[in-house]
Amino acid sequence: MPESPQPDPTGPDELDAIQSVADDVAHQPSHPAPDPNDAHGSVYDGLLGGDPSHWAFGTDFEDPLAGVDTTIPDGVDAADLGTYCLMLADDALIASQRLSEWTSRAPDLEDDIALSNIALDLLGQARLLLARAAAADPSLVPALPEGSPVPPEDALAFFRSDREFRNVRLVELDNGDFAVTIVKLLLFSSARIAVFEQLVDSRDHVLSAVAAKGIKELTYHRDYAGRWFLTLARGTQESRRRIDAALVQVWPLQAEQFATHEVEARVAEAGVGVDPATVSDAVAVVLAQVFALSGVEQPTGAPMAAVQGRQGRDGMHTEALSRILGELQVVARAHPMGQW
Amino acid sequence: MPPTTTTSATRPSRRFDVNTPDEPGVFTSNQELRERALALARTVTDPEMPMLTLDDLGVLRSVEVSETGAVTVAITPTYTGCPAMATMRDDLVRVLGEAGLAATVRVSLSPAWSSDWITERGRQALADHGLSAPGRVPARSGPVALSLLPTRRELHCPRCGSDAVELTSEFGPTACKALYRCTSCLEPFEHVKEI
Repeated sequence: MPESPQPDPTGPDELDAIQSVADDVAHQPSHPAPDPNDAHGSVYDGLLGGDPSHWAFGTDFEDPLAGVDTTIPDGVDAADLGTYCLMLADDALIASQRLSEWTSRAPDLEDDIALSNIALDLLGQARLLLARAAAADPSLVPALPEGSPVPPEDALAFFRSDREFRNVRLVELDNGDFAVTIVKLLLFSSARIAVFEQLVDSRDHVLSAVAAKGIKELTYHRDYAGRWFLTLARGTQESRRRIDAALVQVWPLQAEQFATHEVEARVAEAGVGVDPATVSDAVAVVLAQVFALSGVEQPTGAPMAAVQGRQGRDGMHTEALSRILGELQVVARAHPMGQW
Repeated sequence: MPPTTTTSATRPSRRFDVNTPDEPGVFTSNQELRERALALARTVTDPEMPMLTLDDLGVLRSVEVSETGAVTVAITPTYTGCPAMATMRDDLVRVLGEAGLAATVRVSLSPAWSSDWITERGRQALADHGLSAPGRVPARSGPVALSLLPTRRELHCPRCGSDAVELTSEFGPTACKALYRCTSCLEPFEHVKEI
Protein backbone atom coordinates (compact mmCIF):
# COMPACT_ATOMS: atom_id res chain seq x y z
CA MET A 1 0.00 0.00 0.00
CA PRO A 2 1.31 3.49 -0.82
CA GLU A 3 1.67 5.77 2.17
CA SER A 4 -1.26 8.06 2.79
CA PRO A 5 -0.59 11.52 1.43
CA GLN A 6 -0.09 14.09 4.17
CA PRO A 7 -3.17 16.32 4.36
CA ASP A 8 -1.21 19.38 5.52
CA PRO A 9 -0.34 21.88 4.07
CA THR A 10 -3.39 22.04 1.86
CA GLY A 11 -2.95 24.71 -0.73
CA PRO A 12 -4.64 24.22 -4.14
CA ASP A 13 -1.50 22.62 -5.65
CA GLU A 14 -1.22 20.18 -2.79
CA LEU A 15 -4.88 19.29 -3.10
CA ASP A 16 -4.35 18.56 -6.79
CA ALA A 17 -1.38 16.40 -5.92
CA ILE A 18 -3.42 14.51 -3.35
CA GLN A 19 -6.22 14.01 -5.85
CA SER A 20 -3.74 12.76 -8.42
CA VAL A 21 -2.34 10.20 -5.99
CA ALA A 22 -5.86 9.14 -5.05
CA ASP A 23 -6.76 8.75 -8.73
CA ASP A 24 -3.71 6.63 -9.33
CA VAL A 25 -4.55 4.39 -6.41
CA ALA A 26 -8.19 4.13 -7.43
CA HIS A 27 -7.35 3.21 -10.99
CA GLN A 28 -4.72 0.67 -10.20
CA PRO A 29 -6.08 -2.83 -10.36
CA SER A 30 -5.49 -4.47 -7.02
CA HIS A 31 -3.93 -7.50 -8.70
CA PRO A 32 -2.16 -6.44 -11.91
CA ALA A 33 -2.23 -9.25 -14.43
CA PRO A 34 1.23 -10.68 -15.12
CA ASP A 35 2.69 -9.17 -18.30
CA PRO A 36 3.53 -12.12 -20.55
CA ASN A 37 6.08 -9.95 -22.43
CA ASP A 38 8.00 -8.99 -19.31
CA ALA A 39 11.13 -11.12 -19.25
CA HIS A 40 11.36 -10.83 -15.45
CA GLY A 41 7.76 -11.82 -14.95
CA SER A 42 5.65 -10.46 -12.15
CA VAL A 43 5.56 -11.23 -8.46
CA TYR A 44 2.08 -12.60 -9.07
CA ASP A 45 3.33 -15.23 -11.50
CA GLY A 46 2.72 -18.67 -10.18
CA LEU A 47 0.02 -17.60 -7.75
CA LEU A 48 -2.49 -19.33 -9.96
CA GLY A 49 -1.64 -22.48 -11.82
CA GLY A 50 1.76 -24.06 -11.54
CA ASP A 51 2.23 -26.34 -8.57
CA PRO A 52 -0.97 -26.07 -6.58
CA SER A 53 0.41 -27.84 -3.55
CA HIS A 54 2.06 -24.59 -2.39
CA TRP A 55 -1.29 -23.28 -1.30
CA ALA A 56 -3.43 -24.39 1.58
CA PHE A 57 -6.58 -22.88 0.14
CA GLY A 58 -8.04 -22.21 -3.24
CA THR A 59 -6.87 -25.46 -4.73
CA ASP A 60 -9.51 -27.61 -3.17
CA PHE A 61 -11.27 -30.39 -4.94
CA GLU A 62 -13.20 -28.91 -7.81
CA ASP A 63 -16.09 -31.07 -6.72
CA PRO A 64 -16.22 -31.98 -3.04
CA LEU A 65 -18.41 -34.97 -3.92
CA ALA A 66 -16.05 -36.26 -6.64
CA GLY A 67 -16.46 -40.01 -6.86
CA VAL A 68 -19.38 -40.11 -4.43
CA ASP A 69 -22.62 -41.73 -5.55
CA THR A 70 -24.97 -38.78 -6.05
CA THR A 71 -27.79 -40.70 -7.71
CA ILE A 72 -31.10 -39.45 -6.37
CA PRO A 73 -32.88 -42.26 -4.51
CA ASP A 74 -36.20 -43.50 -5.89
CA GLY A 75 -39.37 -41.98 -4.55
CA VAL A 76 -38.03 -38.58 -3.53
CA ASP A 77 -38.59 -35.33 -5.36
CA ALA A 78 -35.23 -33.89 -6.45
CA ALA A 79 -36.32 -30.35 -5.55
CA ASP A 80 -37.35 -31.51 -2.07
CA LEU A 81 -34.04 -33.27 -1.57
CA GLY A 82 -32.16 -30.16 -2.71
CA THR A 83 -34.15 -27.87 -0.41
CA TYR A 84 -33.74 -30.25 2.52
CA CYS A 85 -29.96 -30.27 1.98
CA LEU A 86 -30.04 -26.46 1.97
CA MET A 87 -31.79 -26.48 5.36
CA LEU A 88 -29.13 -28.70 6.93
CA ALA A 89 -26.36 -26.85 5.12
CA ASP A 90 -27.55 -23.35 6.03
CA ASP A 91 -27.86 -24.25 9.72
CA ALA A 92 -24.22 -25.34 9.66
CA LEU A 93 -22.97 -22.48 7.47
CA ILE A 94 -24.51 -19.69 9.55
CA ALA A 95 -23.62 -21.35 12.86
CA SER A 96 -20.05 -21.70 11.56
CA GLN A 97 -19.83 -18.07 10.46
CA ARG A 98 -21.14 -16.88 13.82
CA LEU A 99 -18.73 -19.07 15.79
CA SER A 100 -15.80 -17.89 13.69
CA GLU A 101 -16.53 -14.34 14.88
CA TRP A 102 -14.92 -15.48 18.15
CA THR A 103 -11.62 -16.23 16.44
CA SER A 104 -8.98 -14.06 18.15
CA ARG A 105 -11.60 -12.74 20.60
CA ALA A 106 -12.46 -15.70 22.83
CA PRO A 107 -11.92 -15.53 26.62
CA ASP A 108 -8.73 -17.57 26.34
CA LEU A 109 -6.58 -19.22 23.70
CA GLU A 110 -7.96 -22.73 24.27
CA ASP A 111 -11.53 -21.59 23.73
CA ASP A 112 -10.51 -19.49 20.77
CA ILE A 113 -9.11 -22.67 19.21
CA ALA A 114 -12.07 -24.78 20.29
CA LEU A 115 -14.68 -22.43 18.82
CA SER A 116 -12.66 -22.13 15.60
CA ASN A 117 -12.40 -25.93 15.37
CA ILE A 118 -16.14 -26.32 15.83
CA ALA A 119 -16.73 -23.65 13.20
CA LEU A 120 -14.43 -25.54 10.82
CA ASP A 121 -16.26 -28.83 11.35
CA LEU A 122 -19.58 -27.14 10.62
CA LEU A 123 -18.16 -25.42 7.57
CA GLY A 124 -17.06 -28.82 6.24
CA GLN A 125 -20.56 -30.19 6.78
CA ALA A 126 -22.06 -27.14 5.09
CA ARG A 127 -19.83 -27.52 2.06
CA LEU A 128 -20.76 -31.15 1.43
CA LEU A 129 -24.45 -30.44 1.99
CA LEU A 130 -24.45 -27.40 -0.31
CA ALA A 131 -22.70 -29.47 -2.98
CA ARG A 132 -25.34 -32.17 -2.46
CA ALA A 133 -28.12 -29.58 -2.79
CA ALA A 134 -26.63 -28.32 -6.05
CA ALA A 135 -26.24 -31.84 -7.45
CA ALA A 136 -29.80 -32.80 -6.47
CA ASP A 137 -31.45 -29.68 -7.90
CA PRO A 138 -29.20 -27.50 -10.09
CA SER A 139 -32.00 -24.93 -10.40
CA LEU A 140 -31.31 -23.91 -6.77
CA VAL A 141 -27.88 -22.55 -7.74
CA PRO A 142 -27.85 -18.79 -8.44
CA ALA A 143 -26.76 -17.82 -11.96
CA LEU A 144 -23.33 -16.25 -12.24
CA PRO A 145 -21.61 -14.45 -15.12
CA GLU A 146 -20.52 -16.78 -17.88
CA GLY A 147 -17.04 -18.11 -17.24
CA SER A 148 -17.20 -17.51 -13.49
CA PRO A 149 -14.99 -20.03 -11.68
CA VAL A 150 -17.30 -20.06 -8.63
CA PRO A 151 -18.29 -23.68 -7.88
CA PRO A 152 -21.97 -24.45 -7.18
CA GLU A 153 -21.56 -24.81 -3.41
CA ASP A 154 -19.88 -21.41 -3.23
CA ALA A 155 -22.57 -19.88 -5.44
CA LEU A 156 -25.15 -21.16 -2.96
CA ALA A 157 -23.22 -19.80 0.02
CA PHE A 158 -22.29 -16.41 -1.40
CA PHE A 159 -24.90 -15.47 -3.98
CA ARG A 160 -28.24 -16.23 -2.38
CA SER A 161 -30.21 -13.50 -0.63
CA ASP A 162 -31.48 -13.72 2.94
CA ARG A 163 -34.95 -14.93 1.92
CA GLU A 164 -33.36 -17.89 0.14
CA PHE A 165 -31.58 -19.11 3.28
CA ARG A 166 -33.35 -21.99 5.02
CA ASN A 167 -31.59 -22.04 8.39
CA VAL A 168 -33.46 -21.90 11.69
CA ARG A 169 -33.31 -18.47 13.31
CA LEU A 170 -31.41 -19.79 16.35
CA VAL A 171 -28.11 -19.96 14.46
CA GLU A 172 -28.28 -16.42 13.07
CA LEU A 173 -28.76 -14.79 16.49
CA ASP A 174 -25.83 -12.56 17.46
CA ASN A 175 -23.15 -14.22 19.59
CA GLY A 176 -23.78 -11.96 22.57
CA ASP A 177 -21.44 -12.78 25.42
CA PHE A 178 -19.72 -16.14 25.91
CA ALA A 179 -22.75 -17.47 27.82
CA VAL A 180 -25.12 -16.71 24.95
CA THR A 181 -22.76 -18.49 22.54
CA ILE A 182 -22.57 -21.53 24.83
CA VAL A 183 -26.36 -21.73 25.20
CA LYS A 184 -26.83 -21.41 21.43
CA LEU A 185 -24.22 -24.10 20.78
CA LEU A 186 -25.75 -26.43 23.37
CA LEU A 187 -29.26 -26.12 21.90
CA PHE A 188 -28.04 -26.35 18.30
CA SER A 189 -25.60 -29.24 18.68
CA SER A 190 -28.08 -31.24 20.81
CA ALA A 191 -30.75 -30.97 18.13
CA ARG A 192 -28.38 -31.56 15.21
CA ILE A 193 -26.77 -34.67 16.66
CA ALA A 194 -30.22 -36.15 17.32
CA VAL A 195 -31.29 -35.46 13.73
CA PHE A 196 -28.02 -36.91 12.38
CA GLU A 197 -28.45 -40.05 14.48
CA GLN A 198 -31.60 -40.73 12.44
CA LEU A 199 -30.14 -39.39 9.19
CA VAL A 200 -27.46 -42.11 9.07
CA ASP A 201 -30.25 -44.39 7.86
CA SER A 202 -31.10 -42.09 4.94
CA ARG A 203 -31.48 -43.78 1.59
CA ASP A 204 -29.40 -40.93 0.18
CA HIS A 205 -25.76 -42.01 0.27
CA VAL A 206 -24.42 -38.48 0.71
CA LEU A 207 -26.75 -37.53 3.57
CA SER A 208 -26.06 -40.84 5.26
CA ALA A 209 -22.28 -40.36 4.99
CA VAL A 210 -22.38 -36.72 6.13
CA ALA A 211 -24.50 -37.72 9.12
CA ALA A 212 -22.26 -40.64 10.14
CA LYS A 213 -19.23 -38.39 10.10
CA GLY A 214 -21.07 -35.41 11.60
CA ILE A 215 -22.15 -37.38 14.67
CA LYS A 216 -18.53 -37.92 15.65
CA GLU A 217 -17.84 -34.19 15.36
CA LEU A 218 -21.06 -33.03 17.02
CA THR A 219 -20.38 -35.28 20.02
CA TYR A 220 -17.40 -33.07 20.84
CA HIS A 221 -19.35 -29.88 20.14
CA ARG A 222 -22.21 -30.83 22.45
CA ASP A 223 -19.89 -32.00 25.22
CA TYR A 224 -17.95 -28.74 24.96
CA ALA A 225 -21.11 -26.64 25.22
CA GLY A 226 -22.57 -28.81 27.99
CA ARG A 227 -19.39 -28.62 30.09
CA TRP A 228 -19.19 -24.86 29.75
CA PHE A 229 -22.88 -24.53 30.59
CA LEU A 230 -22.29 -26.50 33.79
CA THR A 231 -19.13 -24.53 34.58
CA LEU A 232 -20.79 -21.16 34.10
CA ALA A 233 -23.95 -22.16 35.97
CA ARG A 234 -21.95 -23.43 38.96
CA GLY A 235 -19.18 -20.88 38.74
CA THR A 236 -19.37 -17.38 40.15
CA GLN A 237 -22.45 -15.27 40.79
CA GLU A 238 -21.59 -13.31 37.69
CA SER A 239 -21.22 -16.36 35.43
CA ARG A 240 -24.51 -17.72 36.83
CA ARG A 241 -26.25 -14.40 36.18
CA ARG A 242 -24.99 -14.49 32.61
CA ILE A 243 -26.00 -18.09 31.87
CA ASP A 244 -29.49 -17.39 33.30
CA ALA A 245 -29.83 -14.29 31.15
CA ALA A 246 -28.55 -16.16 28.08
CA LEU A 247 -31.06 -18.94 28.56
CA VAL A 248 -33.93 -16.46 28.81
CA GLN A 249 -32.76 -14.79 25.63
CA VAL A 250 -32.02 -17.89 23.51
CA TRP A 251 -34.63 -20.41 24.67
CA PRO A 252 -37.52 -18.96 22.61
CA LEU A 253 -35.55 -19.88 19.47
CA GLN A 254 -35.01 -23.53 20.25
CA ALA A 255 -38.51 -24.88 19.52
CA GLU A 256 -38.25 -23.87 15.85
CA GLN A 257 -35.64 -26.59 15.39
CA PHE A 258 -38.35 -29.20 15.93
CA ALA A 259 -41.15 -27.59 13.92
CA THR A 260 -41.69 -29.84 10.90
CA HIS A 261 -41.52 -28.01 7.57
CA GLU A 262 -43.54 -29.55 4.74
CA VAL A 263 -40.31 -30.38 2.87
CA GLU A 264 -38.93 -32.15 5.96
CA ALA A 265 -42.16 -34.10 6.25
CA ARG A 266 -41.96 -35.23 2.62
CA VAL A 267 -38.28 -36.25 2.66
CA ALA A 268 -38.86 -38.07 5.96
CA GLU A 269 -41.79 -39.90 4.38
CA ALA A 270 -39.52 -40.88 1.48
CA GLY A 271 -36.91 -42.32 3.87
CA VAL A 272 -34.33 -39.73 2.87
CA GLY A 273 -34.63 -37.07 5.58
CA VAL A 274 -35.65 -36.74 9.21
CA ASP A 275 -38.81 -35.16 10.63
CA PRO A 276 -37.23 -33.05 13.42
CA ALA A 277 -40.36 -33.34 15.57
CA THR A 278 -39.51 -37.00 16.09
CA VAL A 279 -36.28 -36.17 17.95
CA SER A 280 -37.72 -33.40 20.12
CA ASP A 281 -38.31 -35.63 23.16
CA ALA A 282 -34.84 -37.19 23.01
CA VAL A 283 -33.25 -33.75 22.91
CA ALA A 284 -35.40 -32.56 25.82
CA VAL A 285 -34.09 -35.46 27.90
CA VAL A 286 -30.47 -34.51 27.18
CA LEU A 287 -31.10 -30.85 27.99
CA ALA A 288 -32.96 -31.73 31.19
CA GLN A 289 -29.85 -33.66 32.23
CA VAL A 290 -27.68 -30.57 31.70
CA PHE A 291 -30.13 -28.28 33.50
CA ALA A 292 -30.47 -30.65 36.47
CA LEU A 293 -26.71 -31.07 36.93
CA SER A 294 -26.27 -27.34 36.58
CA GLY A 295 -29.01 -26.52 39.07
CA VAL A 296 -30.82 -24.45 36.47
CA GLU A 297 -34.61 -24.36 36.14
CA GLN A 298 -36.04 -25.71 32.92
CA PRO A 299 -36.77 -22.55 30.89
CA THR A 300 -40.40 -21.77 30.18
CA GLY A 301 -40.23 -18.88 27.70
CA ALA A 302 -42.70 -19.16 24.82
CA PRO A 303 -41.26 -19.92 21.37
CA MET A 304 -40.52 -16.95 19.14
CA ALA A 305 -43.54 -16.41 16.90
CA ALA A 306 -43.57 -17.17 13.21
CA VAL A 307 -44.07 -14.19 10.90
CA GLN A 308 -47.27 -14.72 8.88
CA GLY A 309 -46.83 -18.41 9.57
CA ARG A 310 -43.28 -18.39 8.25
CA GLN A 311 -40.03 -19.21 10.07
CA GLY A 312 -36.38 -19.67 9.13
CA ARG A 313 -37.03 -22.84 7.12
CA ASP A 314 -39.40 -20.76 4.93
CA GLY A 315 -36.81 -18.01 4.42
CA MET A 316 -38.26 -15.69 7.06
CA HIS A 317 -35.42 -14.45 9.24
CA THR A 318 -34.41 -11.87 11.78
CA GLU A 319 -32.41 -8.80 10.86
CA ALA A 320 -29.32 -10.56 12.22
CA LEU A 321 -29.17 -12.83 9.15
CA SER A 322 -28.97 -9.93 6.71
CA ARG A 323 -26.05 -8.46 8.61
CA ILE A 324 -24.10 -11.69 8.88
CA LEU A 325 -24.70 -12.44 5.19
CA GLY A 326 -23.37 -8.97 4.36
CA GLU A 327 -20.09 -9.86 5.99
CA LEU A 328 -20.03 -13.44 4.68
CA GLN A 329 -20.78 -12.52 1.07
CA VAL A 330 -19.29 -9.08 0.39
CA VAL A 331 -15.94 -10.19 -1.01
CA ALA A 332 -17.30 -13.00 -3.19
CA ARG A 333 -20.04 -10.72 -4.57
CA ALA A 334 -17.54 -7.98 -5.38
CA HIS A 335 -15.46 -10.48 -7.40
CA PRO A 336 -17.81 -12.98 -9.07
CA MET A 337 -15.01 -13.84 -11.50
CA GLY A 338 -12.36 -14.07 -8.79
CA GLN A 339 -10.09 -17.03 -8.25
CA TRP A 340 -8.88 -17.71 -4.74
CA MET B 1 -21.71 -34.31 -12.75
CA PRO B 2 -22.47 -37.83 -13.87
CA PRO B 3 -23.45 -40.22 -11.12
CA THR B 4 -20.73 -42.70 -10.42
CA THR B 5 -20.59 -45.75 -8.28
CA THR B 6 -18.20 -45.65 -5.39
CA THR B 7 -16.45 -48.85 -4.71
CA SER B 8 -15.42 -47.95 -1.20
CA ALA B 9 -18.98 -47.05 -0.23
CA THR B 10 -20.32 -50.39 -1.36
CA ARG B 11 -17.39 -52.46 -0.15
CA PRO B 12 -16.31 -50.65 2.99
CA SER B 13 -14.56 -53.42 4.81
CA ARG B 14 -12.10 -54.50 2.16
CA ARG B 15 -9.04 -52.37 1.76
CA PHE B 16 -6.84 -52.46 -1.29
CA ASP B 17 -8.92 -54.79 -3.37
CA VAL B 18 -7.35 -56.09 -6.52
CA ASN B 19 -9.62 -55.54 -9.48
CA THR B 20 -11.08 -58.67 -10.90
CA PRO B 21 -9.46 -59.11 -14.28
CA ASP B 22 -11.10 -60.17 -17.50
CA GLU B 23 -8.14 -62.02 -18.90
CA PRO B 24 -5.00 -63.41 -17.30
CA GLY B 25 -2.63 -61.26 -19.38
CA VAL B 26 -4.25 -58.03 -18.23
CA PHE B 27 -4.28 -59.36 -14.69
CA THR B 28 -0.52 -59.56 -14.44
CA SER B 29 0.22 -56.14 -15.85
CA ASN B 30 -2.64 -54.47 -14.04
CA GLN B 31 -1.74 -56.13 -10.80
CA GLU B 32 1.84 -55.04 -11.18
CA LEU B 33 0.73 -51.54 -12.00
CA ARG B 34 -1.56 -51.49 -8.99
CA GLU B 35 1.14 -52.76 -6.67
CA ARG B 36 3.50 -50.12 -7.94
CA ALA B 37 0.87 -47.38 -7.51
CA LEU B 38 0.00 -48.66 -4.06
CA ALA B 39 3.65 -48.75 -2.99
CA LEU B 40 4.07 -45.16 -4.16
CA ALA B 41 0.84 -43.95 -2.56
CA ARG B 42 1.92 -45.52 0.70
CA THR B 43 4.99 -43.25 0.83
CA VAL B 44 2.96 -40.03 0.83
CA THR B 45 2.89 -38.33 4.22
CA ASP B 46 0.28 -36.28 6.03
CA PRO B 47 0.82 -32.54 5.43
CA GLU B 48 0.30 -31.64 9.08
CA MET B 49 1.91 -34.68 10.71
CA PRO B 50 4.70 -35.53 8.26
CA MET B 51 6.02 -38.33 10.47
CA LEU B 52 2.90 -40.27 9.45
CA THR B 53 2.07 -41.60 6.01
CA LEU B 54 -1.50 -41.28 4.79
CA ASP B 55 -1.56 -45.06 4.91
CA ASP B 56 -0.50 -45.13 8.58
CA LEU B 57 -3.17 -42.56 9.33
CA GLY B 58 -5.88 -44.66 7.67
CA VAL B 59 -6.69 -41.82 5.29
CA LEU B 60 -5.54 -43.75 2.21
CA ARG B 61 -8.51 -46.02 1.49
CA SER B 62 -7.87 -47.74 -1.78
CA VAL B 63 -5.76 -47.80 -4.92
CA GLU B 64 -7.51 -49.15 -7.96
CA VAL B 65 -6.45 -49.71 -11.53
CA SER B 66 -9.06 -49.88 -14.26
CA GLU B 67 -8.94 -52.26 -17.19
CA THR B 68 -7.48 -49.44 -19.24
CA GLY B 69 -4.75 -48.90 -16.66
CA ALA B 70 -6.13 -45.70 -15.10
CA VAL B 71 -5.07 -45.32 -11.45
CA THR B 72 -7.65 -44.08 -8.94
CA VAL B 73 -6.65 -43.36 -5.36
CA ALA B 74 -9.35 -42.90 -2.71
CA ILE B 75 -8.75 -40.89 0.45
CA THR B 76 -11.10 -40.02 3.30
CA PRO B 77 -11.07 -36.87 5.47
CA THR B 78 -10.30 -37.25 9.16
CA TYR B 79 -12.80 -34.46 9.87
CA THR B 80 -15.40 -33.08 7.44
CA GLY B 81 -13.81 -29.65 7.35
CA CYS B 82 -10.24 -30.93 7.03
CA PRO B 83 -8.42 -28.22 5.06
CA ALA B 84 -5.55 -30.54 4.17
CA MET B 85 -7.49 -32.68 1.69
CA ALA B 86 -6.38 -30.72 -1.36
CA THR B 87 -2.74 -30.85 -0.26
CA MET B 88 -3.03 -34.61 0.21
CA ARG B 89 -4.53 -34.97 -3.24
CA ASP B 90 -1.81 -32.84 -4.81
CA ASP B 91 0.92 -34.76 -3.00
CA LEU B 92 -0.50 -38.09 -4.20
CA VAL B 93 -0.84 -36.87 -7.78
CA ARG B 94 2.70 -35.47 -7.70
CA VAL B 95 4.35 -38.58 -6.22
CA LEU B 96 2.60 -40.93 -8.62
CA GLY B 97 3.14 -38.50 -11.48
CA GLU B 98 6.89 -38.34 -10.87
CA ALA B 99 6.93 -42.12 -11.29
CA GLY B 100 5.07 -41.79 -14.58
CA LEU B 101 1.65 -42.79 -13.28
CA ALA B 102 -1.26 -40.46 -13.96
CA ALA B 103 -3.58 -40.81 -10.99
CA THR B 104 -6.99 -39.48 -10.13
CA VAL B 105 -7.80 -38.90 -6.47
CA ARG B 106 -11.33 -39.15 -5.21
CA VAL B 107 -12.92 -38.62 -1.81
CA SER B 108 -14.45 -41.56 -0.04
CA LEU B 109 -16.97 -40.30 2.54
CA SER B 110 -18.21 -43.63 3.76
CA PRO B 111 -17.33 -45.30 6.03
CA ALA B 112 -16.34 -42.28 8.12
CA TRP B 113 -12.70 -42.16 9.22
CA SER B 114 -11.95 -43.60 12.64
CA SER B 115 -8.83 -43.05 14.73
CA ASP B 116 -8.87 -46.84 15.16
CA TRP B 117 -7.54 -46.99 11.59
CA ILE B 118 -4.19 -45.52 12.61
CA THR B 119 -1.71 -48.37 12.25
CA GLU B 120 0.66 -49.61 14.96
CA ARG B 121 3.53 -48.10 13.01
CA GLY B 122 1.58 -44.83 12.89
CA ARG B 123 1.01 -44.90 16.63
CA GLN B 124 4.70 -45.49 17.23
CA ALA B 125 5.58 -42.61 14.89
CA LEU B 126 3.22 -40.32 16.82
CA ALA B 127 4.81 -41.30 20.14
CA ASP B 128 8.33 -40.88 18.71
CA HIS B 129 7.41 -37.32 17.84
CA GLY B 130 5.94 -36.32 21.17
CA LEU B 131 2.32 -36.87 20.25
CA SER B 132 0.01 -39.08 22.28
CA ALA B 133 -1.74 -41.71 20.15
CA PRO B 134 -5.49 -42.25 20.39
CA GLY B 135 -6.95 -45.07 22.45
CA ARG B 136 -9.63 -47.37 21.10
CA VAL B 137 -12.86 -45.66 20.16
CA PRO B 138 -15.44 -46.77 22.72
CA ALA B 139 -18.12 -49.01 21.26
CA ARG B 140 -21.50 -47.35 21.16
CA SER B 141 -25.00 -48.72 21.07
CA GLY B 142 -27.96 -46.40 21.09
CA PRO B 143 -27.78 -42.60 21.17
CA VAL B 144 -24.48 -40.81 21.79
CA ALA B 145 -24.25 -40.14 25.51
CA LEU B 146 -23.66 -36.62 26.71
CA SER B 147 -20.47 -36.35 28.73
CA LEU B 148 -20.30 -33.38 31.08
CA LEU B 149 -17.08 -34.41 32.77
CA PRO B 150 -13.69 -34.29 31.07
CA THR B 151 -13.11 -37.39 28.97
CA ARG B 152 -11.11 -39.92 30.95
CA ARG B 153 -8.26 -41.37 28.96
CA GLU B 154 -5.43 -43.60 30.11
CA LEU B 155 -2.59 -41.47 28.83
CA HIS B 156 1.10 -41.15 29.40
CA CYS B 157 3.15 -38.07 28.82
CA PRO B 158 4.96 -38.73 25.53
CA ARG B 159 8.05 -36.98 26.93
CA CYS B 160 8.59 -38.29 30.46
CA GLY B 161 6.16 -41.25 30.49
CA SER B 162 4.28 -40.06 33.58
CA ASP B 163 0.57 -40.82 33.75
CA ALA B 164 -0.04 -37.67 35.77
CA VAL B 165 -1.56 -35.69 32.95
CA GLU B 166 -4.51 -33.34 32.68
CA LEU B 167 -6.72 -32.26 29.83
CA THR B 168 -6.33 -28.62 28.84
CA SER B 169 -8.81 -28.62 25.95
CA GLU B 170 -10.57 -31.13 23.73
CA PHE B 171 -9.72 -28.93 20.76
CA GLY B 172 -6.15 -28.45 19.58
CA PRO B 173 -4.18 -26.85 16.76
CA THR B 174 -5.72 -29.25 14.27
CA ALA B 175 -9.21 -30.74 14.34
CA CYS B 176 -7.92 -34.19 15.25
CA LYS B 177 -6.00 -33.26 18.40
CA ALA B 178 -6.75 -32.44 22.05
CA LEU B 179 -4.42 -30.46 24.32
CA TYR B 180 -2.93 -31.99 27.45
CA ARG B 181 -0.42 -31.00 30.09
CA CYS B 182 1.88 -33.29 32.05
CA THR B 183 1.81 -32.39 35.71
CA SER B 184 5.13 -34.20 36.34
CA CYS B 185 7.43 -32.63 33.77
CA LEU B 186 5.04 -29.68 33.23
CA GLU B 187 5.31 -29.92 29.44
CA PRO B 188 2.20 -29.53 27.30
CA PHE B 189 1.51 -32.16 24.66
CA GLU B 190 -1.05 -33.06 22.04
CA HIS B 191 -3.26 -36.11 21.98
CA VAL B 192 -4.83 -37.45 18.80
CA LYS B 193 -8.51 -37.75 19.68
CA GLU B 194 -10.61 -40.86 19.49
CA ILE B 195 -13.23 -40.38 16.80
